Amino acid sequence: MIPENLRAGDEISFTGVIYTARDAAHKRLVQLLDEGKPLPFDGAVYYAGPCPAPPGRVIGSIGPTTSGRMDAYAPRLIKSGVKIMIGKGNRSQAVINAIREHGGVYLTAVGGAGALLSLCVEKSEIVAFEDLGTEAVRRLTVRDMPLVVAIDSFGGNVYELR
Amino acid sequence: MRIIEPEQITDAVAKLCIGANVEISADIRRALENARDAEESKLARSVLETLLKNADVAKRENLPICQDTGMAVVFVTIGRDSHINGDIEAAINEGVRRGYKDGYFRNSVVHDPISRKNTGDNTPAVIHYEFAAGSQLEITVAPKGFGSENMSAVRMLNPSDGLAGVMDFVTETVRLAEANPCPPIVVGVGVGGTMEKAALLAKKALLRDVDSANEEKEWAEVESRLLERINSLGIGAAGYGGKTTALGVNVLTYPTHIAGLPVAVNIGCHVTRHKAVVL
Repeated sequence: MIPENLRAGDEISFTGVIYTARDAAHKRLVQLLDEGKPLPFDGAVYYAGPCPAPPGRVIGSIGPTTSGRMDAYAPRLIKSGVKIMIGKGNRSQAVINAIREHGGVYLTAVGGAGALLSLCVEKSEIVAFEDLGTEAVRRLTVRDMPLVVAIDSFGGNVYELR
Repeated sequence: MRIIEPEQITDAVAKLCIGANVEISADIRRALENARDAEESKLARSVLETLLKNADVAKRENLPICQDTGMAVVFVTIGRDSHINGDIEAAINEGVRRGYKDGYFRNSVVHDPISRKNTGDNTPAVIHYEFAAGSQLEITVAPKGFGSENMSAVRMLNPSDGLAGVMDFVTETVRLAEANPCPPIVVGVGVGGTMEKAALLAKKALLRDVDSANEEKEWAEVESRLLERINSLGIGAAGYGGKTTALGVNVLTYPTHIAGLPVAVNIGCHVTRHKAVVL
């Protein structure tokens, strides 16, 4: 996925690898950066904390959480190379500016559609902060995940199109 | 005197936790279908279709509708002619523990609001007790997700602010919530009482069917006018714009102090889960 090719309002279908990280993981990721250490992954971030996987399933329900709570941390991560974020809801001006400055993109999944979105996940493994439980960083392989381009790197914002 | 065993309560709470999280209620489904049929925005219509499809998948695959299976809010109405043969609070929390484990639901509760270590079993629940005539025990479980809970608010208005002040505050709270509470939302409003009474009324208002009306004609009218105002905000499904920002507005009121006009707004997401049983 090349962020520069996406425009706010586009509906896309994503297949590839993404990493879950929400509140507690973000706090730790920024601590790592403060200590001059590298991030434990390199790729798109999905703001989500799944339900446990029932027997025979890859993962439980896994929809997006409110992205705004990650606004305090996101500009630091964007500067460190996390250019693609997936969540729900609008972002702060600081995040919007960082997206524009570093050529990133912010995508949204339908909030509350956790059961449906879990069907897109083909593989899941914990790659960091296992002690955080649902808030651990998971590497997800997803297929045909339906997303909307919410904020593009040209200043376009789906929440301002309405 | 009717004797109710704690184990009956635990069983009921566990089943209600699972039922509320997996199956969308009939009134909400109807409201979502109506919203989809009326929607003109392509993106919003696609979101409403997705939410209905999600509800079908959840039921078919026995998965929670949303990964935020919430903090369990439990309302209990105890018949005065009944005797609970043990610790009701422990019985309810055991039910939550069991329901969340058996349902493969997310544990979303942290022990301390600042140190934030997960309790590991989604307990404790937030429990509200009431008493009524008779010997029955009514239990309602309303798992509350925090995407919507975080967008809720209480304000102590002045009596001079009147109905216009109440309506402005409710509308403004929804406007500020934008896409965060997973619209189309359900808006619970509590007016009157004290600060905590207004908040509790707002929460209880979310238990009413989304297409129901306040028993008092004047307040039923206020509900309709608020719904119209909120839907004219244009936030729409998932915040992408559109006709339906809220599926319904439910208001509950209570007498209040000569100096005050407390108002609370509790926002429920597009599922606004709750399920009840009478023992």
